[in-house]
Amino acid sequence: MSTTPPTDPFAADAEPAPILTATALRKVYAGTPALDGADFAIAAGETVAVMGPSGSGKSTLLHCLAGIVPADDGTVTYAGRDLAALSDAERSALRRREFGFVFQFGQLVPELTCVENVALPLRLTGLGRRDAERAARPWLERLEVDDIAHQRPGEVSGGQGQRVAVARALATTPRVVFADEPTGALDSLNGERVMELLTGAAQDSGAAVVLVTHEPRVAAYADREVVVRDGRTRSLEPVGR
Amino acid sequence: MTIGHTLLGLLESGPRHGYDLKRAFDERFGHDRPLHYGQVYSTMSRLLKNGLVEVDGIEPGGGPERKRYAITDAGVTDVAGWLTTPEKPEPYLQSTLYTKVVLALLTGRDAAELLDVQRAEHLRLMRELTRRKKGGDLADQLICDHALFHLEADLRWLELTAARLGKLAAEVRA
Repeated sequence: MSTTPPTDPFAADAEPAPILTATALRKVYAGTPALDGADFAIAAGETVAVMGPSGSGKSTLLHCLAGIVPADDGTVTYAGRDLAALSDAERSALRRREFGFVFQFGQLVPELTCVENVALPLRLTGLGRRDAERAARPWLERLEVDDIAHQRPGEVSGGQGQRVAVARALATTPRVVFADEPTGALDSLNGERVMELLTGAAQDSGAAVVLVTHEPRVAAYADREVVVRDGRTRSLEPVGR
Repeated sequence: MTIGHTLLGLLESGPRHGYDLKRAFDERFGHDRPLHYGQVYSTMSRLLKNGLVEVDGIEPGGGPERKRYAITDAGVTDVAGWLTTPEKPEPYLQSTLYTKVVLALLTGRDAAELLDVQRAEHLRLMRELTRRKKGGDLADQLICDHALFHLEADLRWLELTAARLGKLAAEVRA
């Protein structure tokens, strides 16, 4: 597996075709609609901030877009494929190979070193340990945490751990990165650096970033925003930049 | 920001010509709003009249008279007093945004749309400042951060107001 950024298949297109779209999504939890007709679209290389009040449906939208939970109604299409038409195994493979994830609290495996954590998704795609760790190193360097490669998550700061989590999300050179409040547990300076590195690395590799956040200063790193309110989405700007 | 105090402060490191003062001001504090020569010379005339600066020398030149100014002891005291006096926090109680929201509700217009459009405009400017910050030096970053925190405060107010729009509508229409 290559560690260099992939070629953006849409780069030559005059119009930025969406790589991931959602139409009229509905999702109900215990009788309460979390999504109630939500639409979404993101182009390759674009970063879109998904904003909205707590409980508005932001995270549910992210989970549906990533195929983590199925929508009750509506369609999610990734690179022309309807996620609902894929088998569970195909969706899992898609998440492993083409999607990357960053969550608020890193969710690194505490028993593994930082480099092993970054290598983990590569190993899940079939790469051997040595090759996976060799491929993981440039991402640790890119995220400025190469010096803690052999430490465990419990031995590093929150900011460092989150950079490792970003490196892990990018290591498989995903086409779409899903980041759910990636700086929520960090102070301003660390949060800012994580956002610079995340958006910079994603942009260089042509990955789209779906950035769920309630912080306007974090959303300002995105190219545009989509607001979720009462399970419905609103975007005042067109897809692409 | 008081231009007079800032120019006085810049003079503390040594005497300068009016042109040098303008250039130093613009480099450090001007950014989007450089000083006009007229502002510099009228400010220096006032400071001179108030005994806060003195003319340290005059050089003949092709352009306007080139006076070199030096700060006086009274000027140093004045700068010190300005620096140690806290600025009055501005509470923005007469916010234009608040007025617009209330008027929209009173006149039956779509206040939620107004808030959404304003929110998008605020975030657009925040994105612009964030880009500028990424490419700038530390001074740029600090200036942009100050603006970003203020815009963020406005944005949070817009969000909160959007969440309370129903209640506000009932109150203003009562």
